[in-house]
Amino acid sequence: MLTIFLIAWPLIAAIIIAVVKQHARTLALAASLIELAASMVMVTSFTPDASIQFSVDLPWIASAGIRFNVGVDGISLLLVLLTTVLMPLIILASFTTAQLKNPSAFYSLILIMQMALVGVFVALDGFLFYIFWEMALIPIYFICLLWGGDDRARITLKFFIYTLAGSLLMLIAMVYLYFHTPGIHRFDIQSLYEAGRALPIGEQSILFWAFFIAFAIKMPVFPFHTWQPDTYQVAPTTGTVLLSAIMLKMGIYGVIRWLMPMVPLGLQEWGTTAMVLSVVGVVYASVIALIQKNNKRLIAYSSIAHVGLISAGLFTMNSIGWQGAMVQMLSHGLTVFGLFYVIEIIHQRKATHTMNELGGIRSVAPKLSTVFLIILLGSIALPFTSGFVGEFLLINSLVQYQIVFGAVAGLTTILGAVYMLRAFQKMMLGESKGASVEFADLSAREKWVLYPVVVLVIVLGIYPTPLLSLSEAAINNLLYTINDYLTLPK
Amino acid sequence: MYVIYIICALGIVSLLAEIFNFKKALLPIIIIGLIAAIVASAFGENTGLAFSGMVSFDRFSVVYSTLIVTIAFFWFWMAYSYFHNRLNLTDQSALVLFSIVGAVILTAFANMAMLFLGIEILSIALYALAGSKKNNLFSTESSFKYFLMGSFATGFLLMGIALVYGATGSFELSAIQSATTNAAHPLPSFFYVGVLLILVGISFKVSVVPFHFWAPDVYEGAPTPITAFMSTIVKMAAFAALLRLFTVCFAAVSFTWLVVFYVMCVLTLIVSSVTAVYQSNVKRILAYSSVGHAGYILIAIVSGGNVGGLVLYYLAGYAVASLIAFAVIHQIEESGRTVFLSDFQGLFRKNPLLAVSMTIALLSLAGIPPLTGFFGKYLLLTQAIRSGHLALALVAIFASLIGVYYYFKVIIVMYSTAGDDRLITITTAQKVLLFMLMALVVVLGVFPDWFTFL
Repeated sequence: MLTIFLIAWPLIAAIIIAVVKQHARTLALAASLIELAASMVMVTSFTPDASIQFSVDLPWIASAGIRFNVGVDGISLLLVLLTTVLMPLIILASFTTAQLKNPSAFYSLILIMQMALVGVFVALDGFLFYIFWEMALIPIYFICLLWGGDDRARITLKFFIYTLAGSLLMLIAMVYLYFHTPGIHRFDIQSLYEAGRALPIGEQSILFWAFFIAFAIKMPVFPFHTWQPDTYQVAPTTGTVLLSAIMLKMGIYGVIRWLMPMVPLGLQEWGTTAMVLSVVGVVYASVIALIQKNNKRLIAYSSIAHVGLISAGLFTMNSIGWQGAMVQMLSHGLTVFGLFYVIEIIHQRKATHTMNELGGIRSVAPKLSTVFLIILLGSIALPFTSGFVGEFLLINSLVQYQIVFGAVAGLTTILGAVYMLRAFQKMMLGESKGASVEFADLSAREKWVLYPVVVLVIVLGIYPTPLLSLSEAAINNLLYTINDYLTLPK
Repeated sequence: MYVIYIICALGIVSLLAEIFNFKKALLPIIIIGLIAAIVASAFGENTGLAFSGMVSFDRFSVVYSTLIVTIAFFWFWMAYSYFHNRLNLTDQSALVLFSIVGAVILTAFANMAMLFLGIEILSIALYALAGSKKNNLFSTESSFKYFLMGSFATGFLLMGIALVYGATGSFELSAIQSATTNAAHPLPSFFYVGVLLILVGISFKVSVVPFHFWAPDVYEGAPTPITAFMSTIVKMAAFAALLRLFTVCFAAVSFTWLVVFYVMCVLTLIVSSVTAVYQSNVKRILAYSSVGHAGYILIAIVSGGNVGGLVLYYLAGYAVASLIAFAVIHQIEESGRTVFLSDFQGLFRKNPLLAVSMTIALLSLAGIPPLTGFFGKYLLLTQAIRSGHLALALVAIFASLIGVYYYFKVIIVMYSTAGDDRLITITTAQKVLLFMLMALVVVLGVFPDWFTFL
């Protein structure tokens, strides 16, 4: 029932906020804290083994073999946790936009988004997964459309149609698998696994690409990333953070849960190609990030680079890579949120995203600057930060897979350090120029948002074991099934 | 069968209202009468052949006519203010009611003569209604165009019926059906010409490409409630007739019509969505959308199998969403605006409820989960994939992506900051209607199993 609560509660809260209309932000914050508490209860009563726990399986659309089947294992749990931890922070961070039009609509949409995100991470029925997957798109689209910046109509529509195209491809693939499930056709994940694995290699390859493109668009992996920088830039910061810190994990999660165990032969055939694309994306995005003048775009491109590395690590198909991917997903969620929020703070004070117009903020706002530095170091994977654990494991797995991939991907850690530190230098160091004079330091509320992030980045970097152990069994189990299948004589 | 009596009686009562001067009580009478008709229709199964075997109220017709009368009930609710402000209330409501009788007959005909009568009863009333804004050139044009195209289609239909009669010697559907399966007596080749002519006639009515070109002009010119009537009730009735004819009566000769429907389906999906992108009048956008949805339904017919229930679900979802959209357009017109995209600018500011309902309607028409439009499209896609028409499914997906583009054009405009600031107020009855229809769009989509009657 806890799983149902985690899905239903944000929706109920969203409806309450839409109806009450007053005190929208306080209510939203309270709702997200209750959701966080519920997820904490879930974590504490979770047994870290490979089984699906807290599962609820209700009849839904019987005539089409669809059930409301949800449950969590270690992988799902970590992502649910990421969602529920970040959501109160995101909501608290959005409070500055006090002049926000229509706050009740804004916060309702955010909470509906949370419902869909949690739903995606816990769904164990193909159709249900698809429904949540699409439902996550609607609120974020309207958040960007209603509260976004210039030229938002065109850019957000491109984003919407782009991702919808990918999703529909996935839907076709799902339906195709559905018709190959043994016996009475079902959308249940185990039946879909069976159906996919029984297919010949040719069909598995086609299905591999149908799923992979859908997920790659969401992440985004090169060359399906073209919607991302514009959308991140034009979206209100809350939207950007929702997209980058949580929503793109839907794509990675999809690869782990719905792509790899479903079509192992297709994976064997095309996994390396997907990995090459991911690694190319890493380098490509890092190089573009080097020449960005707009700090929001800079982080958008750095995000593509990080996600590319995660995706590449997944396709190595070894448990180090997958563990690294799990940590890096959490770490990336935290750091990208922190970075975007610091930039938002600067933008609120000085109304600029252009780095050349800033400078010397450190001398007037030391707290902000220090927080920014720690999060930034987390992002470029300095030891003792969360980013280090993730990137180390990921690159390690790539080196084991093939040294070239490891070397090329490792290059990006250096490039990442270059563009990030350069950004820090431009904005924070040097003379206080024009816009940066008279810059107020962090307010109490901003501290409440950023300090938890800083603490988490450091704690996760020094002692990641408890989190890693949550997902370890589930990861090993999934990998074991896939490898086991691949080594069987055909 | 009683449903026909009840609605006919309502029509006659409407005419008498003028003479006996109880016009004020007329709309409540119609509403109550329609509720009675819904009940009569829902429980009217297996009243068997009626009118000397001319109509047959089997499961199919009961379900379809119940849907039609239910939508008619919501339609009267929606059009309340349109009727309320008019002098010729009685004539117009009588025409609409008689038209509904035609629609019900189209779900239940067992004889070609009744097919013809049903289509004529349905259409002739609408020719007059389309032109009921007498002083408006567009309305007159709409009426005239609709009349010409309608007569043209009827011509095809009659010719087809004549040829089929010549080949089989009967107007009765059951007799024709057994003639097509009778191997001992091969049918003459002009029978197949007859089938194709009937196909053309019906295609005009359901407005699929290339027989769709009248629809945008007629939809644009006719008064909005009448447009809503045409795009929901007329469409449902025409599809009921199409299913009754082709998936039952002519099922054995599917080799004559299947390819034709296949080609028309692909053309409809692509042409309608591409053309809709270039429209700036919201009524025209919805007209092309309506043409497009006919294309989606053709997927089911091309895929074959028992698709009556699937098409019913799709039509129900489509009709509810369309009613919302036209209700919103109607309210915007009532506030003294036109219906170009620019008139929708900033609707969210002027009346959030109208904007939100329009958004939900358009999202459903675009096929976004968890609304009913999505599940309808999903069922069609699975049907296509099941029967091996993967290419058709891909065309449909491509078309629905373009669909998202033009539906979202309207949505984006509604939330823009441009436009005037005159607020729009709507009555409580209309608010309740919008909430009910929105709830239906969601409930139909989330619990489709509650609505499987066939």
